[in-house]
Amino acid sequence: MSDQLVTREVDGMPQSEQLLALYRQMINIRYTEEQLARSHQMGLVHGACHTYVGEEAIATGVCAHLRPDDAVFSTHRGHGHALAKGVSPHEVIAELFGRATGCSQGRGGSMHLFKPEVGMMGTSGIVGPCILQATGAGYSFKLLKTDQVGVAFFGDGAVNNGAFHEGLNLASIWKLPTLFVCENNLYATEVPFAYSAGNPNVGNRGPAYGMESVTVDGNDVLAVYDAAEEAVQRARGGKGPTLIECRTYRTRAHSEGMRDAGYRTQEEVEEWKERDPIKRYNEWLLENEEAGPETLAAIEAEVRATVADAEEFARNSPWPEPDTVSDHIFSQE
Amino acid sequence: MRELTYVEATVEALDSAMARDPSIFVVGEGIGERGGNFNTTVGLFAKYGPERLCDTPISERGFVGMCAGAAMTGTRPVVDFMFFDFILDAFGELVNQIAKMQYMSSGRLKMPILLRGAIGIGHSAATHHSGSYYPIFAHLPGFRVVVPATPSDAKGLFATALQSEDPVLFLEHKSLLFNRGDVPEGDYAIPFGEARTAREGTDCTLVAIGSMVDKSLTACEKLAEEGISTEVIDPRTIAPLDMETILASVHRTGRLLIVDETFQPCGVGAEIAAQVIDQGFDDLDAPIRRLNGAHVPTPYSPTLEEAITPEAADIEQSIRDLLAE
Ligand SMILES: Cc1ncc(C[n+]2csc(CCOP(=O)(O)OP(=O)(O)O)c2C)c(N)n1
Repeated sequence: MSDQLVTREVDGMPQSEQLLALYRQMINIRYTEEQLARSHQMGLVHGACHTYVGEEAIATGVCAHLRPDDAVFSTHRGHGHALAKGVSPHEVIAELFGRATGCSQGRGGSMHLFKPEVGMMGTSGIVGPCILQATGAGYSFKLLKTDQVGVAFFGDGAVNNGAFHEGLNLASIWKLPTLFVCENNLYATEVPFAYSAGNPNVGNRGPAYGMESVTVDGNDVLAVYDAAEEAVQRARGGKGPTLIECRTYRTRAHSEGMRDAGYRTQEEVEEWKERDPIKRYNEWLLENEEAGPETLAAIEAEVRATVADAEEFARNSPWPEPDTVSDHIFSQE
Repeated sequence: MRELTYVEATVEALDSAMARDPSIFVVGEGIGERGGNFNTTVGLFAKYGPERLCDTPISERGFVGMCAGAAMTGTRPVVDFMFFDFILDAFGELVNQIAKMQYMSSGRLKMPILLRGAIGIGHSAATHHSGSYYPIFAHLPGFRVVVPATPSDAKGLFATALQSEDPVLFLEHKSLLFNRGDVPEGDYAIPFGEARTAREGTDCTLVAIGSMVDKSLTACEKLAEEGISTEVIDPRTIAPLDMETILASVHRTGRLLIVDETFQPCGVGAEIAAQVIDQGFDDLDAPIRRLNGAHVPTPYSPTLEEAITPEAADIEQSIRDLLAE
């Protein structure tokens, strides 16, 4: 796997700064998730907590092409999408701690992360709606004649939901500027995709809806980056939507504190840990002399300090005032 | 008597019915070998196999619509939503198809479908995993709506649901699922539309639903120390609703408080109050009061969640206010 990475074509290769930015973002997601997992154990995260560990390359590779005015719609496993779209670890951790300083002011928690100011249009506790909403964003951008794009991230589980079939068809018939990014981590909770899908291949389904589609190694950040670049160009150029299947794996339990046995083997988990997207990218950067070990270590140290600061910020942040609980049910001045 | 949890009690009823009736099958996400996210089918997969404990893709509208067709053609589906919130993706199938099929076919078709799920606010589950929504279904003709408060009621009402020829919504508050209580052995069925008097009293009547029953009993115990005597009625089913028991109690006490976690506007309390005014107006010595969860989407933060949920102390205060009227 990583051999393939080392020998890949360098055409269209991102600049060296961009290469390091990708590394930094993946590390940012990883360290934030690891912090949240620890905090969950300590009781500081209140509700469910689905981490993105093992899948960092996808949000990172896709969001690298997005502007703050592009709209991302996400899932229950959405911390990585929020971070890659520009929500700070401070705002994400504070939200999961239920604090007023969180990106949803403590109303939402893990599955309701919102920061529309940077195009983070929400994570969701319901599987499926993100696909339709990203389609709707595409409709807006087409109607308004901008070159913005809508992006849906979703799991393999969502592919079996009517929202997937209806959303893709709508985006196709109106050639909407939308990216459908399927994070196929092989399981929906404990149900294997191979059991739940008559056609367990997502990347070959584009033609069924009349749209371009592609399957990439979701643990190869550069492969994701390239696929997303093409899809974003297609969308911005008015040439319609793209379906991207990213093959990946979550290496932690479905949700923190949940059992992680009985449906997959430890060997399988270990095998995928070997294909860890950060480890592979780190090796690739070193082998191709895109960065030295000191540079990477410096990035890691810097991100580690930021995440530690974010945790402290969150822990010391105020709780939302109970008398604000009814604010914003309707629009306000 | 032996104790079981609320969920174990329903598993016992389900197991017994499945053993007798080969047309019963269960669908849902993780209800097969895994035994259900909330342990609602533990042990059954090994006994009845994958066709009768059918793990589904995340296709709520799909499998609800499919189960409507199955119920019309000789089988008895049990749809396990895990979180009841997920039923909303199938709302059209429920309201336009399942609830109306018997009527539109002039009774020639039956709709024996049981739809179950965990409801309620708690544990910072936030707004996509905290809904109850039962007043919406009770508003519509064609649904039986069951909200048990104790393990023994859960078993008896689940048994009735599995014999019903009508669509039944069986709603289990998350805070009750792992509560233990006495549960009779063997099969028994509790009819729909029969309230349970959870506590007898003379000074006022309190109608409490689902998770509010235990909280109300806590409040009433405290008030009893001061000599205040409250009657607590648990309707157990919202549709049909046992108004007779409520009216008889109000006739004795003259005062009524309805405690329900779900929203107040157009809710169960409004319906009960209207019926009491209609049929028991002369019995009332005070205005009817309602205590509900706040009319907001459920927030995540513990401080906000606490602010919107009726607790025993709030119930106690509401009773005091009602008696001061
Ligand atoms: C409509 C709906 N049905 C069921 C659920 C419960 N649920 C939460 S996550 C999940 C599995 C999702 O799997 P997938 O989409 O593959 O994402 P992954 O967790 O693997 O990232 C399920 C069934 C839900 N949130 N929404």
